[in-house]
This record gives sequence, C-alpha cells and structure tokens, in this order.
Amino acid sequence: MKRVSLVFSLALAASLSAQTAHAQTLKTVKDRGMLSCGVSQGLPGFSSPDDKGNWTGIDVDICRAIAAAIFDDPSKIKFVPLSAKDRFTALQSGEIDVLSRNTTWTLSRDTSLGANFTGVTYYDGQGFLVKKSLKVNSALELNSASVCVQTGTTTEQNLADYFKGNNMKYEVIAFASADETVKAYESGRCDVFTSDVSQLYAERLKLSNPTDHVVLPEVISKEPLGPMVRHGDDQWFDIVKWVLYGMVDAEEMGVSQKNVDEMAKSDKPDLKRAFGTDGNLGEQLGLTKDWFYRIIKAVGNYGESFDRNVGAGSKLQIARGLNQLWNKGGIQYAPPIR
Amino acid sequence: MSIESRSPPPQLAFRLKRALGGRAGWGGFALQIVFVVVLIWIGYEIIANARANLETQHITSGFGFLKNTAGFDVSQSLIPYSGSDPYTRVFLVGLLNTLLVSVIGIVFATVIGFIVALCRLSPNWLLSRIGGAYVEGVRNVPVLFQILFWYLAVLAALPGPRQSISLFGSFFLSNRGLIIPRPVADPGLLPFALAVLVAIIASLLLRHHARRQLFEKGRSIAIWPYVAGMLIGLPLLAALVFGVPVTFEFPELKGFNFAGGSRVIPEFVALTVALSTYTAAFIAEIVRAGIMSVHKGQMEAGLSLGLSRGSVLRLIVVPQAMRVILPPLTNQYLNLTKNSSLAVAIGYPDLVSVFAGTTLSQTGQAIEIIAITMGVYLAISLVTSALMSFYGWRISRSLGA
Repeated sequence: MKRVSLVFSLALAASLSAQTAHAQTLKTVKDRGMLSCGVSQGLPGFSSPDDKGNWTGIDVDICRAIAAAIFDDPSKIKFVPLSAKDRFTALQSGEIDVLSRNTTWTLSRDTSLGANFTGVTYYDGQGFLVKKSLKVNSALELNSASVCVQTGTTTEQNLADYFKGNNMKYEVIAFASADETVKAYESGRCDVFTSDVSQLYAERLKLSNPTDHVVLPEVISKEPLGPMVRHGDDQWFDIVKWVLYGMVDAEEMGVSQKNVDEMAKSDKPDLKRAFGTDGNLGEQLGLTKDWFYRIIKAVGNYGESFDRNVGAGSKLQIARGLNQLWNKGGIQYAPPIR
Repeated sequence: MSIESRSPPPQLAFRLKRALGGRAGWGGFALQIVFVVVLIWIGYEIIANARANLETQHITSGFGFLKNTAGFDVSQSLIPYSGSDPYTRVFLVGLLNTLLVSVIGIVFATVIGFIVALCRLSPNWLLSRIGGAYVEGVRNVPVLFQILFWYLAVLAALPGPRQSISLFGSFFLSNRGLIIPRPVADPGLLPFALAVLVAIIASLLLRHHARRQLFEKGRSIAIWPYVAGMLIGLPLLAALVFGVPVTFEFPELKGFNFAGGSRVIPEFVALTVALSTYTAAFIAEIVRAGIMSVHKGQMEAGLSLGLSRGSVLRLIVVPQAMRVILPPLTNQYLNLTKNSSLAVAIGYPDLVSVFAGTTLSQTGQAIEIIAITMGVYLAISLVTSALMSFYGWRISRSLGA
C-alpha cells in the first residue's frame, strides 16, 4: 500500500514538474484509444470485477457511458483499482482521466485537490453495521464500543464527531483496505463496522452469515458520491457531468436501453434534441450528435443502472430512497438537455 | 657543528587538497563544486516548477495544514491525544508508535536471534535441527503474511471481551487485547524510585571495585549477594517507611469493553511478534556466521587456560565475532524499522497509517506528507546506523588495545 502511494506521489511530482500546458483530456483519451478510469478495489454494486475480470457497478457504468459517448464502445476502458488514499493522487498525476470511485463530495476535496466533482451518482450516508447478537437497536447504545473503519475516508472524522457529540467513548481501529476491515470485524476485533450505508450492505454480503448482522437505523452524515475530474479542462468537466445528467434525464423522459431504438425515431421535440436529430448539442460538448443514443444503448438510463447494480435487480436490494427521481419523491435531478 | 632542527613540511594544505580533490588535486575540487552547484540547480528547478504547476492547478501546497485540527481518533497513543489536536500531534503519535514497535522488536529480535544461532551451533543434534528449521521456515515466508497470520490467528483463537480469559481476576485476555491493572502513582513513589536508583549506582560501584581487585590483585569477589540484597532491600525499606509506591486500578467489564486498567492492543502484539521472529531468523544466521569466523584455536586456547565454555564464548569468541556481526546486524535493525510500516495492514496506528494514510487523505497534500514520512524514516535509519557505528568503533578500539 505504501509503495503504491509512493509511486503515485513520485509520478505526481514528476508530472507536475514536467507538464506546462493545460491537459487536453478528450484529445489524450481519443489518441490513446482508451479511457482510463479510477475505480475501487472491489465494492459490489459500485465497482467490482467478476471472475472473468469484467467490471460492473454503478460507478463503472459512468465510465462505460463516457467511453460509449466517445468511442461508441463501452469496453474501451482501462480500469485502475485504487485504495481510498491513493485515489486523488492518481487523478492529479494524470494516471486516470476520471475518478469514479464512491467518493464523497466535500468542500475541502472540491477546493484543495485541484479537482472537481461533476455531479452526484449516489446520495449516501454513514451508518453502522453490528452483530444481531449484541441486541443493539440504536447507534446511541454504542458507548465504549470498538469500531472498525477503513482509513483514508471521510468516515473517520464523522465517527469522531458523532461519538464526541453524543458524549460516548469508543476505540477506533483503522485498516488500509475494506477487506481487512471486514475481516477484523468478522473475527470479533470490533463490535461495529462503520462506513457508507450502501457499502455496509455490499460488505455484508461478503460475511459468512449475512443475516446475523444488521445495519442500524441512524445515518450520521451526508455522503453524496460522485465522479471527479482534474481542474483546468472545462470541456472534459462538461462531458463527464453531462454523461451522468444524460442518464438521469433519460430515465425522466422514459428512454431505456430496451426502447432506445424506438424512442430515437420519436417526433417529440425534447427527444429529438437529445438524440441529435434536431440541433447539434452533442457536438457542442465535443462529442458526436448521437452521444445520448450511444450512452443509453450501452448502459441504459440511471434507473436501470441503479436497479441492475444496487437496487431490486441486484443482490444488495437497496431501496431507491433519496436516489429516486425528483418527481417521484427522491432528489435525483438533472438540468434539461436543450 | 650543530644539528639544525628541520621544520616539518606544510602538511595541512596538502591534506586539505587530498581530502577535497582526491588524487586530482585542486582541479578535481573545482569539478566537484561545479557538480554540486548543478545538482542544487536541478533540484531547485524541479521544486520551483512543481510549485508553480500546483498553483496553476489550484492544488493546495505548503506545510500550513500541519496546524489544522485532525478530527479523528487513534487507538493507541503514548502521549495524550484527542481528535481536537492538530496534525503535528498526530504525526508525533504515529512516530512514537513506530519507534515503540521498532525498539521492542529490535530487542526481541536480537535476543531470539542469538538464542537460535547458539542452538544451531550447538553440538546437540536436536537443538541444532530445531534452530535450522526455525531459520529456514521463518525467513522464507513473506513478512506481510506472517503479520497477517499472527493477527488473524491470534484473534481467531481469543474469545470476546465478555468471555475473556481471566488471570487472578485482574488480568484479562480477549480479542480486544491484554487488559492489565493500571499502576497509579502514590506519594511513596518518589522515595521508592530514589531507593532503586541508589541501589543501582551502588551495585555498579561495587562491580567496578570487584573488577579492579580481579585485574590488579587477582582476587575474585562474588558480588551478587550484595547486589541482590541492595536491589531488593533498599526499595523495600523505602516502601515500608514512606508507604506503598503505587496502587493499581483494576479493569472492570462495562458495556462492550473493559473500563479502567491499561491495555496492550492485539495489533501491537501481532506486529511485534511477527517482526521480531522474522528478523530473528536473519540475525541468527548473521550471528552464526560471526561466531564461525572466529578461529577455533581461540576457543581451544581459552579452554586450555581453564576457562569454562560459557566464559570463553562470552569473553573471547563473541567480542571478536561482533566485528563481523555488527554491519549486517545494523542492516537487519534498519529492515525491521522499515518493515514496521506494514502495520497499516492490520490497523496498528504507526506513522504510515495515521500520517501518510489518514492525514494524507484528509488533506490531500501527498507530496509534502510523503516527503516528511520519507525524511523521518531516513532520519531513524541514519540515527540507528550512527549508533551502531559508534558501538562498532568502541569494540574495535577495545580489541585493538
């Protein structure tokens, strides 16, 4: 782990001392013929490889959609698995073009890292996973508990704030990777495993007996997760931003992977604009006119991606909740394509 | 006819020339200066360029972040620490944890290493095979696996805090670590400590006296009864007169964990055990090589003088072997210190974990933090190696005398 971050730091130092002009990310990606996408080291539902090495997940779908929009081929991606603490350095050093790795949008990350968040792919919050046998019903009963946490995340600060705010004592044991954290929790080193709620559901599947563990009702923080790109390349920023918006708008307009071919022939003016049969919105982004069609054809709309990866159609079975569209009781809202 | 005393040739300038310019003289010296200047210029260019680029990309740089509040907690700290302390404090906590595990690891590794080496050299068939098996078994498995093995194996075997193994009702062993009564200072502590100090000094003086007697008059005095009497008697007397030096706060099971008492966390135990047993395998081979490098005639000569086998080893063989042992032994000490950075795998809060890990990801200032961390490891290594060189210098001086 140390060696990896060392390599990235050296790469960062080297690239920073070498590069002068602003990076033309889109051109670089096209020349390379491949999108370099930073993902997690394996978090079911968000980004994880299957036994054949195919990456799936809601974060992976964002990258696939970007690749589809650029190359019309969602497989032209190099996935770079990153630990929580190496992810920003990898983005800064140019090792990856986009970081799509369940990363929480905070003010300090938005301002001090030389990178921008392009939107929110998943509205999350921090919660607690405990063994049912402890008979704990609320996080407020966790006084003097030992808590396992993955280092390099916003989780550690939230945890300290929550226990301090409620005058409770605790012991924190921080591990470098999620796997080690879960292993220590399972072996009984900690009473509690804390992380983003979606991650708790995902990691619970890895436990030998998932039904013996329960996620407590308290959500102690706001964790809006989204993709990041480097500062200084507004065109690339727009592309990554609008790929996500396109997926959300598609769901709102009723365009799905199944009906996309029919819908592309529609006479409705908003659909014609989106599909590029009217106007050249795609070209304004630096892409082609059929960018929207390519995205939906390759990965489907936001709702489909959600269901397939984390929702009802997946093992995680997470309810849409906040991630439902704004007109259906959630807060997922995308500016219009026009 | 008188003999004029000749003044010695002006050696100072000559020596300076040799030292700075080598064989090439002043010309070589000038070349070296140019080389250093070029190096400094390249280094400056790299730093200035990196800084300018960091600024244009709006990446925060500089060391101002060290004063910010850390806002996270750490499971083991040798100094008082809370989440509202600044990052400098976190750095110190991590550094002390690294040093703690390194120092204790080095002590254990040396002791185990010497014992294993003596086993391997022993004429006893079983002992030497056990020593050999230990070395081959331990040094051929990657140290990270050994750390994980000790951590997960130890944890898996131990019960939870509510079913913890109790020793005398005051020591508790569970997967939360070993909980022991915490000593609390009482007014009797100061006289007690003074008594211990006096006893130690008196013992050292007595030893000095006994050696003198031995070397000058050939009289051998058995000093251990006096030493034992002083070391036990004086503090006992102080405790009787001034009252008990410490009382103990006993741990109690409250809620999830124990309240009160001190705790040795399992991460620390696993890391120390793994690092010291692993390094001990290498040290054993180094010590064996050192002892075998001493000619067997030395042993025979010692024995023929009537010294016991132990005395020959202690007084004749090991001091000569130390000259061979020390340089590679220093390497092993440095390796152990650097390997302690694997702590992050099992959640031990060392420097790499809390500073180059959590602090780095919270502040995002990778270049500064990695540079500081590398500098610290370099400094630790240089200090260790300076201490070892000093020790080596003393040994070669005493052997030369």
